[in-house]
Amino acid sequence: MSATEGNAPAHGHGDHHDDHAAHGSLKGYLTGFGLSILLTAIPFWVIMGDVFRSTTTAAVVVLVFGVVQIYVHMIYFLHMNSKAEQGWTMLSMIFTVVLVLITLGGSFWVMFHLNSNMMPMQAPHETMTSPK
Amino acid sequence: MSTPSTVPADNGTIFYLRSEHHPENGTLLGFWLYLMSDCLIFACLFASYGVLGRNYAAGPSGADLFDLPLVALNTTMLLLSSITYGFAMLEMAKNRVGLMLSWLVLTLLFGLAFLSIELYEFHHMIAEGATPQRSAFLSSFFTLVGTHGLHVTFGCIWLVTLMVQVAKRGLIAENKRRLMCLSMFWHFLDVVWIGVFSFVYLIGSMS
Repeated sequence: MSATEGNAPAHGHGDHHDDHAAHGSLKGYLTGFGLSILLTAIPFWVIMGDVFRSTTTAAVVVLVFGVVQIYVHMIYFLHMNSKAEQGWTMLSMIFTVVLVLITLGGSFWVMFHLNSNMMPMQAPHETMTSPK
Repeated sequence: MSTPSTVPADNGTIFYLRSEHHPENGTLLGFWLYLMSDCLIFACLFASYGVLGRNYAAGPSGADLFDLPLVALNTTMLLLSSITYGFAMLEMAKNRVGLMLSWLVLTLLFGLAFLSIELYEFHHMIAEGATPQRSAFLSSFFTLVGTHGLHVTFGCIWLVTLMVQVAKRGLIAENKRRLMCLSMFWHFLDVVWIGVFSFVYLIGSMS
């Protein structure tokens, strides 16, 4: 914080204080862009080139690259850090991530179990023709 | 001596928290909270797609419908629009209105290219009979991808509005604040799109 206090005249517009954090730098944007091109190209190559024989492996690889790329975008494009707005952006994001994980994980977990428990019911003609 | 001897020594100490900046307005934080709530909407749509995404009702599957080179092109458009918006923000920090506006125009063009490609894809799918009514997979697909597309549409409208405002009023503090909000919105849509192309298109086309 003492570093940003040094160039006090730059804050003349009185918009907010974390100028550097909010605007980013050319190097930061270019690094983020290069990384995201790479992290986009690899999963497309994995799927379009049929790199993995097992679809599960391919799906896991694609999802891992997706998560890494989301992280890269958070850091280099959205300029996430623990200092901005006294840490409230970070705190609210962690809260949201927890909610998202509960929503996604919970839905998949519950519906997967529902599906596997409903498996014998999946043949409609059988239930129709079976005697009461 | 009732006064403790340490008190005079402490008088010279300035006692305030240097790290606690009081934000002059909470717009950026408030907008961030809006984005987080938007994130929850997308989480619900992703969850419903994840649950329903394999229920084809004897209709076409993702492997039949998705055109991955087109999706790759679309993703490139959105990524390029993100970096050009970033460059616009850098020019804004240097108060160069003209350069900033030209980067914003480029961002708008990439955004419109993204939307056109997506509409072309939707039109193509619907013409083939893969309408949202066809199966649970297609309903959830159109809801998820369509909601993202609507966000990009409103982002483009917002972008045009801000370009007009900047052209009329210049880079005043209010306009800078608005541009920063749109910056967060635009990059956030890019983050959502990462989820869409990984989870929906890439994994869906393997089925």
